[in-house]
Amino acid sequence: MQVHLTLFGQLADITGKTEMILHDIPDTETLIKTLHEMYPLLVNAKYAIALNKKVIKENTILIGDNNIALLPPFSGG
Amino acid sequence: MSNPTKNDRYQRQISLKELGEIGQQKLKNAKVIVIGAGGLGCPALLYLAGAGVGRIGIVDFDIVSLSNLHRQVLFSVNDIGLSKALRAGDVLEQINPDIEIIVFNEKLSNANALEIIKGFDIVLDGTDNFASRYMINDACVILKKTLVYGAISRFEGQLAVFNHPSETLTSVNYRDLFPVAPADGEVLNCEEAGVIGVLPGIIGTMMANETIKLITEIGNALINRLLTYNSLNNHFFELELVAIPETSKMIPESANAFKTFNYDWFCSANSAFELKPEEFRQMMQDKNIQFIDVREAGEAPQVNDFEHINIPLSHLQEQIPEISAETIVLFCQSGKRSAGAAEILSKHYGTSRKIYSLKDGIASWQKPKYYHNVRKKS
Repeated sequence: MQVHLTLFGQLADITGKTEMILHDIPDTETLIKTLHEMYPLLVNAKYAIALNKKVIKENTILIGDNNIALLPPFSGG
Repeated sequence: MSNPTKNDRYQRQISLKELGEIGQQKLKNAKVIVIGAGGLGCPALLYLAGAGVGRIGIVDFDIVSLSNLHRQVLFSVNDIGLSKALRAGDVLEQINPDIEIIVFNEKLSNANALEIIKGFDIVLDGTDNFASRYMINDACVILKKTLVYGAISRFEGQLAVFNHPSETLTSVNYRDLFPVAPADGEVLNCEEAGVIGVLPGIIGTMMANETIKLITEIGNALINRLLTYNSLNNHFFELELVAIPETSKMIPESANAFKTFNYDWFCSANSAFELKPEEFRQMMQDKNIQFIDVREAGEAPQVNDFEHINIPLSHLQEQIPEISAETIVLFCQSGKRSAGAAEILSKHYGTSRKIYSLKDGIASWQKPKYYHNVRKKS
């Protein structure tokens, strides 16, 4: 049971990583809490969460291996 | 050799069997507006005009500057200081005189957005700030217009088609993806973060491509999907978006509600209050207020007009000192760092302190004097 996490934009700048593997994450809320502990600057960042390439808005239980992406909004044009 | 005719112009694309004469006619009948004639807008406009989109609107209030030219491909050094919207209109006219180009040389605001957008079917958002992006999204929802969204940050781009009317799908809008606007300064713009010219070139061109597909009804446009592109490693990432009932409640319900919605405020709703220079000047008299200069020590111009302490933003990020005053006013050179400091202090002190940041910094409240000092140095 692992999470393959992909980070975009300034989230990759905050964590210094574009990809991460995390183990023993039962649900998406736990994932976010874990990330906040690891990278306190993420607490105030705004981003969309995509589970297996679909945006989710609520805590979701993770069964098996999953791909999760965190995407911040961009404003540049 | 025969004389070139109007149809010669589009011959190469008409010969695509998916597009054909019918597709070309659809393009001719289409009405598309591009908001922001910048890094995204310029390439999008070029290709839409080239393809023969019958009516093209251009909205921009800005003027061309030298630092635009590496990515804003409609302009040349001769255009510096001239209106982007007017110059873009002139260039497109030369590329394709057979189409109608409508120039709006003004800033899109909630006062004029509905009037401007309503004459078009598809809206391309090539703006460079969140307040405009949320406003354009809401205007498209209210007017039921398709929104082709493109945005960039450093080496990454995002592309999506929002709010496209469909019989089978519930249309998704920008707020379904990002319901809460980032605070001012949370996300850097191109000026602060930097951008390589070719990235908006790619994303802007893809916006034009999505638009042409939507008009001619060929292929699969990115309806209710978001595509990201990383120009450093060439990774594309696509995800499916979903409509959320709650986000529709955030969008002004009527044209009147839209016109009174404060988008600038919404997009900095989480940061502390910003002070205008005149408000700042009034507060300077109040001895109970703690003024804090958050620039680095020794940064010019020095301020001697009122009592204040210096705590650089870099120190605040590490440790927050105990500040007893109930009202705290922060300032810096341009207002960016003080906004950042205000956010840090707001989070630390919650509602126990009133925290303000001087909008646009010390440059804004005593221009003549301080600019004079700066000039003397150089």
